[in-house]
Order: sequence, then structure tokens, then C-alpha cells
Amino acid sequence: MKISAVNENSVIIYFSDVVTPETAGEIASAVPVIQSQLKEHVVDIIPSYTSILVSFDLVSIGLREFTQRLQHTLSRAKKISRKLEAKTIELPVYYGEEVALDADEICEHTGLTFEEVINIHASTTYRVYAIGFAPGFAYLGNTDSRIEIPRKQTPRLKVPAGSLAIADRQTAIYPKQSPGGWQIIGRTPVSLIDFERENLTVFEMGAQVTFTRIDKATFLKMGGVLLPEALSEQREVA
Amino acid sequence: MTLRILTPGPLSLLQDLGRYGHQSIGVSTGGPMDEHAFLWANRLLSNECNATQIEVTMGQFSCEFYAKTTIAITGADMGAKLNDQAITPWQSYLVKQGDRLTLSTAKSGMRSYLAVKGGFQVPTPLNSSATVMRDALGGLQGSGSKLEARDLVRYSVGKPELVKRVPPHFIPSYDQTVTLEVIPSYQYQDFTVEQRERFFSSTYTVTPKMDRMGCRLAGEPISCQRKTLVSEGIALGAIQIPADGQPIILLRDRQTIGGYPKIGCVTSKGLSQLAQCLPGAKIQFVEKDLYQAEADRAIEQQFFQSYVGKANHSKIEVEESS
Repeated sequence: MKISAVNENSVIIYFSDVVTPETAGEIASAVPVIQSQLKEHVVDIIPSYTSILVSFDLVSIGLREFTQRLQHTLSRAKKISRKLEAKTIELPVYYGEEVALDADEICEHTGLTFEEVINIHASTTYRVYAIGFAPGFAYLGNTDSRIEIPRKQTPRLKVPAGSLAIADRQTAIYPKQSPGGWQIIGRTPVSLIDFERENLTVFEMGAQVTFTRIDKATFLKMGGVLLPEALSEQREVA
Repeated sequence: MTLRILTPGPLSLLQDLGRYGHQSIGVSTGGPMDEHAFLWANRLLSNECNATQIEVTMGQFSCEFYAKTTIAITGADMGAKLNDQAITPWQSYLVKQGDRLTLSTAKSGMRSYLAVKGGFQVPTPLNSSATVMRDALGGLQGSGSKLEARDLVRYSVGKPELVKRVPPHFIPSYDQTVTLEVIPSYQYQDFTVEQRERFFSSTYTVTPKMDRMGCRLAGEPISCQRKTLVSEGIALGAIQIPADGQPIILLRDRQTIGGYPKIGCVTSKGLSQLAQCLPGAKIQFVEKDLYQAEADRAIEQQFFQSYVGKANHSKIEVEESS
């Protein structure tokens, strides 16, 4: 573990150079420890794959002292990480042709039928490695190497909210309609971000995520939207 | 009581110091691009540091006050007029019901701040009024919209404040040739000595590709030995070096994580200077010692926080009618 200052009031903690479930677990357990032990100083905290960026209030503490306190706090956090029990989040997904916008491209690239792609995607348990890009956008890994696929050459201008996508060895859901270049394989009816809700997003760092396949009727019953008008717009873009 | 926006100009946004504590789920902080000017506007009115103001970008802004109050204008000089009378920025003014403020175009710089006594009273989703359009958060309705003509922005009616002026020593000139202080950090060690020298000895130009998220520069390309980097948290002022070698300085509305190598961070003082630079401005970088930068920043923050509540204990009278 290495702690370095990045600007006047922020430090970055590097836990490892490689992305592994163990590192994700260590980071997930360190975040609440930093938040509770140093809460009078911490302004914001950004966990990612192998690091945590922490900004603090310079009026209450100096850079040197904050770094020392952090070091001390984290040496204790390591013991806690072994006990961590990751939360499991189960999300329903409709993999139907109306919403799997890149099914053809994925099949062509992988040489699999879309049914095979779905089976592989839905039978893997993922970890939340990072949250970013947009509010509530969680980077989940790793996908099975058989369905590895690069991002689209030209990103879509509008990816519908709830779209489940894959890129490289990762999978993610777009919480809100936004531009995006990942390959879309399905859609969840679950609302992923709500600024009115206490915990804002269903994801948290280090959590385990599984996808459950649902049919169209269930998708619609759960409030899922097929958005035909958005689809036609996208065909124009592509 | 309200302020009525007559013309919003290209971009006028409600901002406080920013939205903190939610970057872990990908929410950008937002906040004033020129924090120095923002903090002075609140100080002129003995407001809390975090009181909400209007950040006017590129001028063409006008508004009408529906109740008396004291206002302050800081930042770029946009030829402000109060009821057709020219007024200068970095000063507070008393306004009466029906007074009109107009800002035309900036003589130098590009952002002005308009503060009212007690701050504008707007929703604070996730504890901040800061407008981040991309995240659909903050602003007049809380949903990330910029100000539009006919918008009504609430404020409280206060006892008239003493009219104050910022000491000239603290008023920047908004030159379009600036030297920004850089704290070497992040992947600094992954840039060769030669590349670092090139970075610190070159002059870069601000391109038109600049917004509240980041400022793209053009000039001598810099290369990093490290080609792959696992995405990590991006601090305010981080200088990203993408594959084309052209630096991007990340600003208030930056994304929370990213995977480009970073040579260091521009200091908060430098970011306030950069906030007033137009496309075409010339930028040079100079290395700044981390602990010196920290001390400068701490002194500045203490200076702006120390006066709050001491200068004026008068009660704010809230009038509901308009």
C-alpha cells in the first residue's frame, strides 16, 4: 500500500497494481473505515479498481498529519477486510431483441449464438470494481473471456436508461440515458439511481452482482420500458 | 422576494462551493470555476462562504431585483450597469426594488459572479445548489438546468450592508498569458526528465474545446512511458495526458474517475486564473512545492472562513410577499 498526495487537499492510496476480487474487497472494506475514523476531516472519497482518492478539509488538518492518520487507520483496516462479507445484488434483465441493441455485433465478434452469450453473461457472478463515468454507473468484472468484445468504434449518442452492456472484460448498466460506447445486450427494469433515495444507487464497491434472466412480460410488469422511439433514433445515428 | 432573469446570456449558472460526499457514486462536485472571485463576492456581503451565487459566463446577462438588498459583483469586468449607471466589479452595491443590472461583454476574463446578501435560496439536492448540467443536479429547480429568461430566483431581504470594496491587491488582472502552478503528483515519475522539461518549458494555447469539465490545451505533445493505467479518482486540477500528448486540465464538472496518465495537478490558485482564460490564451506551467501549495491554500481558506458571522450579526428579515 502506498499513499501519495495529489493536490493541496487530496491523497491517493494505491492498494495494488492489478485488478483482482481481493483488491476490490480490501478497498470496499477500507472505505467505511476511512469514512468513520476520519469523518471530521474527510470531504470526499473516490474508490476505484486499485486505489482510493480522499480529499480532506485543510482548515481542520494538514496534509502531513492527515496522511499519517490515514496510514494508521488503514493498518487496522487490513484486519477488518478478512471478515468482509460482500453484499450480493441480484438484478433482473430482459435480453430480448428489442433491447439487446448490439446482439448482432456481439454474435459476429464472438462467434457464438446470442442464446450462448446470454447463458454465459447471466451465469457469471460479478464484482463492483468501480463506480464513475456518470452517477451510479458501476464497472462490473470480470466477464467470461468468451464474450470479450471491444467498445464500439463510434459511441451512441443516446443509450437508453437501464441498458446492460459489455466492453472488454467488463459489464455495466447505464443508470440514465446518456451517450455511451459499450455493446448493449439487454435492459433491466430496475431504477438504478434515485437522488431522492437514501442510498442513491443500488451498487456499492466490492459488492457481488448477479443477473437473472426475465421474459418480456415480466420486464414490462416490473416497469421496464422498451422505448421504440429511442430505438429508431439510434438506428439513424448508427 | 425574487430576482427576475431578463437575459441569461450563453451560460449563467447557480453555484455554491460544490457538491461533496457523493463522488464515490460518480456525482461530480460542480462549484465555481473562479473560486477566488466567488469567495470574495460572499465576503463583501459577510455571507457564508458557501452561499449560492450566479456565475455568469461570457456576459449578455441582465436581471431585475424585486426587493431591496445588497449585491456584490466580482470576477471579469463585463461593463456592468445598475439602472444604466456604470458600476465596477469587486465591490458591493445597494439595490432597490425594480433596479436592473446588466452585464454586457467582458473587457478581460470570461466569468463574473453575482452574489446577494444571504445568498440565493434554491433547492440543494445532495446538499448543494451547484449546477452540474451533465448530472442533472443543482440550479433553480435542482435538476441541473442553466438559468433562462423569466426565471425567478429567491433571496431574503436583509438590512442594508455597508458598501465594501475588495482591496486592489487582491484583484487579479485576468491576463491572457498566465503561468499556472503545478504540483507534481500522480504519474509524474512515469514521465521522463526530458518530457517533464518539455512540459514546463513550453507555451500551450487554450483551445475552443474547453468547458466546465475540462480545458484542452494545444502545444508541444508530451508522452508518458506508462501506456496503461487502471482508472482512478481524478482530483480537481489534474492534468491528463491522453495518447495525442495534448494536456487536458480537469475542472469543476470533471468525471470522477479516469484512466489517462496525469503529470500533476494545477493549484487552486492556478485554476481561478485559468477560469478567466479564453480560447487562444497562452499557458505556461511552473512546478510548485506541494507543502508550499498546501500552506497557501490553507491560509486562503482560513482567511475566507474566519470572518463569517463576525462582521455582521444583524438578523435577516424574510419577506414572503413580492
